[in-house]
Amino acid sequence: MSVVTGVGVIAPNGLGTEPFWEAVLAGRGGIGPLTRFDTTGSGACLAGQIADFQAAQHLPSRLLPQTDISTRLALVAAQWALDDAKVDTAELTDYDMGVVTGNASGGFEFTHREFNKLWSMGSEHVSVYESFAWFYAVNTGQISIRHGMRGPSSALVAEQAGGLDAVGHARRTVRRGTPLVVTGGVDSALDPWGWASHVAGGSLSTATDPARAYLPFDAEATGNVPGEGGAMLVLEDPEAARARGVPHVYGEIAGYAQTFDPPPGSGRPSGQRRAIELALTDAGVTPADVDVVFADAAGLPEQDRAEAAALEAVFGAAGVPVTATKPLTGRLFSGAGPLDIVTAVLAMRDSVIPPTAGTLTPAPEYRIDLVRGDARPATIETALVLARGRWGFNSAVVVRSVDQ
Amino acid sequence: MSMTIDELRRILVECAGGDETAPELAGDIAEVEFEELGYDSLALIETASRIERDFGVKVPEDRLVEVKTPAELIGIVNGQLAGAV
Repeated sequence: MSVVTGVGVIAPNGLGTEPFWEAVLAGRGGIGPLTRFDTTGSGACLAGQIADFQAAQHLPSRLLPQTDISTRLALVAAQWALDDAKVDTAELTDYDMGVVTGNASGGFEFTHREFNKLWSMGSEHVSVYESFAWFYAVNTGQISIRHGMRGPSSALVAEQAGGLDAVGHARRTVRRGTPLVVTGGVDSALDPWGWASHVAGGSLSTATDPARAYLPFDAEATGNVPGEGGAMLVLEDPEAARARGVPHVYGEIAGYAQTFDPPPGSGRPSGQRRAIELALTDAGVTPADVDVVFADAAGLPEQDRAEAAALEAVFGAAGVPVTATKPLTGRLFSGAGPLDIVTAVLAMRDSVIPPTAGTLTPAPEYRIDLVRGDARPATIETALVLARGRWGFNSAVVVRSVDQ
Repeated sequence: MSMTIDELRRILVECAGGDETAPELAGDIAEVEFEELGYDSLALIETASRIERDFGVKVPEDRLVEVKTPAELIGIVNGQLAGAV
């Protein structure tokens, strides 16, 4: 068994777990015009930016020249999660603590700056820290170094599904005998180079009104909005957590599965349904046990249709409440899944399902019970968190409440 | 032309972070080992690269891996500068 004992959130609509959760329940979003550079002519202008984060207030100055913004956010979220779980790393054995993070973008902004130097001034001007600051494993590495965590550690890359894969692998790592694993995901790619890649992906909303830009499962859905940030979790073996006097347990990571879609044009359905069924089986629960689904919610008709079909196939028509808070933050890539897990455990704690912000008129063809408008009171013991990534990644995590 | 301890201090901070006014960097650091100051081998590679750009001299790699203190590094740089004239 692997339990969540600490969480750290850095999201466009809230720095810290409770500010984020208050924003979610109030329907307060963090999407707005991207202000870090001029997006005129790029075809899209909205993003979920983290506006009020000053890295120097949170991190030693020695770490700043060697870190991309995504790594700075990851380091701070990890610190907050460890603080939340009241982990004193000095009292634990270094090899008994691991780090597993998901990452989709690497250090885009850092690399953009260094490539600029390479192009305009020459290779001798490129920072030696570029050697790792760009790298998918950098968040795992920096967290490991900062907190002296030498246990089994890794990084998972599966586009926007990778954050859930990290949590799934962290659970496996705990089961294999590492008592404590810091896990989750944080991404950021809102510099001009990162933006070019987002736009090239072809899924961005061209809307200019933040409230109408990202409308998952809506009849008028035309795209989504990228954001930055994510969440880190402390995952522990329950016995080990109890032995060190853990202050609280948020819930259990009870099941996990990942599948791939068939090749485009094959005519076969998405692998998401299989991911859901395998994760439920892994958790030892049936569809009837699931109290809420946090959907991937792409906000693109074809993908919304596929996800609604997968949910209907498993749960029946409107068989389970479905929601997505992503329209408040934008899509956080590897950060999205872990942030949805945090949202799920907070929903459990407070017995409430936050609504899908933005979406007004769900397309009638999607036979799902989409929670809209006000938050819905609900007793939640089992939640299903879904994420999909470009190129066919499907991941699913089952979160279950734990008797305190 | 020669490099002073204050110039090296500035380069260290620019390359690898830190605060010029912080106690561990502000005082007489010439004989304090880089490791104790918190600058690792990668920080020194970055520093050598900046020295090469700012002062036009290359610190040979085999000497860079052996250098322990700011005074030693300044000695190598100024030795090269003197030889380069």
